Amino acid sequence: MKPGTRLKSTVCDTEVMVIRGTDGAVECGGAPMAEERPAAAGVLSPDFSEGSQMGKRYVDEGGAVELLCVKPGKGSLAVDGVALRTKDAKALPSSD
Amino acid sequence: MNISLLLQMAADAGAERTGLVCDGRRWTYGELLRAAQGAAATISATGRSHIALLDESSEAAPIALFGAALAGIPYVPLNYRLADADLAALLERIAPACIIGDVERVERLNPEAGHDCARREDFVASAEVSAATASGEEQEGEGIAVQIFTSGTTAAPKAAILRHSNLLGYILGTVEFCAAAEDDAQLVCVPPYHIAGISALLSSIYAMRRIVMLPAFDPDKWLELVAAERVTNAFVVPTMLARIIERIDAGATADLSSLQAIAYGGGRMPMELIERALHLFPNTNFTNAYGLTETSSTIALLGPQEHRQAHSSDDPSIRARLGSVGQPLPTVEIEIRDEDGQVLPTGQRGEVYVRGEQVSGEYRGRSALDADGWFPTRDAGWMDDGGYLFLTGRADDVIVRGGENISPGEIEDVLMAHPSVAEAVAVGVPSTEWGEAVGIAIVVRPGHETPGEEELRKLIRDRLRSSRVPEQIAVLGELPYNEMGKLLRRQVRELFNNN
Repeated sequence: MKPGTRLKSTVCDTEVMVIRGTDGAVECGGAPMAEERPAAAGVLSPDFSEGSQMGKRYVDEGGAVELLCVKPGKGSLAVDGVALRTKDAKALPSSD
Repeated sequence: MNISLLLQMAADAGAERTGLVCDGRRWTYGELLRAAQGAAATISATGRSHIALLDESSEAAPIALFGAALAGIPYVPLNYRLADADLAALLERIAPACIIGDVERVERLNPEAGHDCARREDFVASAEVSAATASGEEQEGEGIAVQIFTSGTTAAPKAAILRHSNLLGYILGTVEFCAAAEDDAQLVCVPPYHIAGISALLSSIYAMRRIVMLPAFDPDKWLELVAAERVTNAFVVPTMLARIIERIDAGATADLSSLQAIAYGGGRMPMELIERALHLFPNTNFTNAYGLTETSSTIALLGPQEHRQAHSSDDPSIRARLGSVGQPLPTVEIEIRDEDGQVLPTGQRGEVYVRGEQVSGEYRGRSALDADGWFPTRDAGWMDDGGYLFLTGRADDVIVRGGENISPGEIEDVLMAHPSVAEAVAVGVPSTEWGEAVGIAIVVRPGHETPGEEELRKLIRDRLRSSRVPEQIAVLGELPYNEMGKLLRRQVRELFNNN
């Protein structure tokens, strides 16, 4: 998946931008995400329903995948069924 | 990737929230986004390859910046303070462009180049009209977001290129989305053609910190705006801070109680000035930011706590850190290398190299990055054992005397320790014996007697060694700086060459 690619959830409002790519399937709410939203939304899996937060970056354990949530939704993000976690960066003072 | 994402997210999260205040008009994030979309439609219709701004700061700057991004062409803010001949050369290099601002000057200097010009108010009005029918789609183009001509203090200006991926890497890596409180406000007073002017827009919009724009810096207007808009954050270059403090010392009064944080950068901060500022604003957080155009702004910073710690410390090595630019951002790597590119140990002076997503190191037609992605900044410096970076000047300013490299910074530091010396600069001067030798120029502190040449030579001989002793000494009324507070060493060198 090319950096910059925008993916939409097929089960909720979540939308992400790929910062670091992956060959795996990016999922939200338990269903694969797609570049276009389907005509009818799928069903949110209760196992992936903790929600996504706008402006948060989501990474896998190895740091190979990084997604930026650009629209929040009810589904939570995963790659190949493994949940992603938010990347917690040290807060920096504003330098601009 | 496209930086327009930053404005889109702000508009999604708070379409009705005020994002920018300029000349009495308040713009919401929604209005700014629509205007940028309208500008993109207008720009695309002209078919021009660049969109340039030749103007002071205003809402036209973010509208053109994001409009250009959506249209997939570079945004080129031009320095309106340049002399006619220098500006004409730059206009020729971006022809044919859409140019916003000083239409008369463009038509006078570069009439046959096919530029499509618009005055600021006409550009903004037309962007707002076009917004109604604009698609809002983003074009990828060459992936270049911004092109900034370097100031050219040593050679002809270079066209530095910042890609969307560089700028997004910087913002996403350093700014938390929507981290600002609803009342927070950032006073932006750096010129739009400086990298700090670009990064201020991007950072503030992504943090959703309301931008309060001062079209051109003036210390009294700065103080007025802080009070009127209850400004919480500001970025200044050292000369601006000096002028603000001068006005306060002269009796200017303004309610500055809202001011939580002042960041500074863009030039060397005199130790005396920052100490004075820390004393004058005891409740304000100070941050020193070091960065370059080619690195999308900040790569190292000295944070508020470190300022206060250094200011109040009795340990000379901790106290000295007030004169450092702090530690590298967690998202970049910094190394100090010698002339052969070998990494130097802690404490040794060399050239500052940097690597990271935000580092472009790219100019039109060539990249200055090495095979492993490291950018040679041409800044000279060293790191202490705590990882604090100290800058000692430009690598190009090194004086080579009979094959021995001499850093001007070491001589200047010694001179500055003399109680009568207010400012000091060391440069290479032509020498028949050594090829190049040391020349120094000093400015004497008001009310002090001018130190004798022998006294200065002895000071340097005792503290350093004989090769550092100046062959030529000049006493000046002031040192030459550009409007961003950058010392113009070339002019000092010319002074010696002409004597």
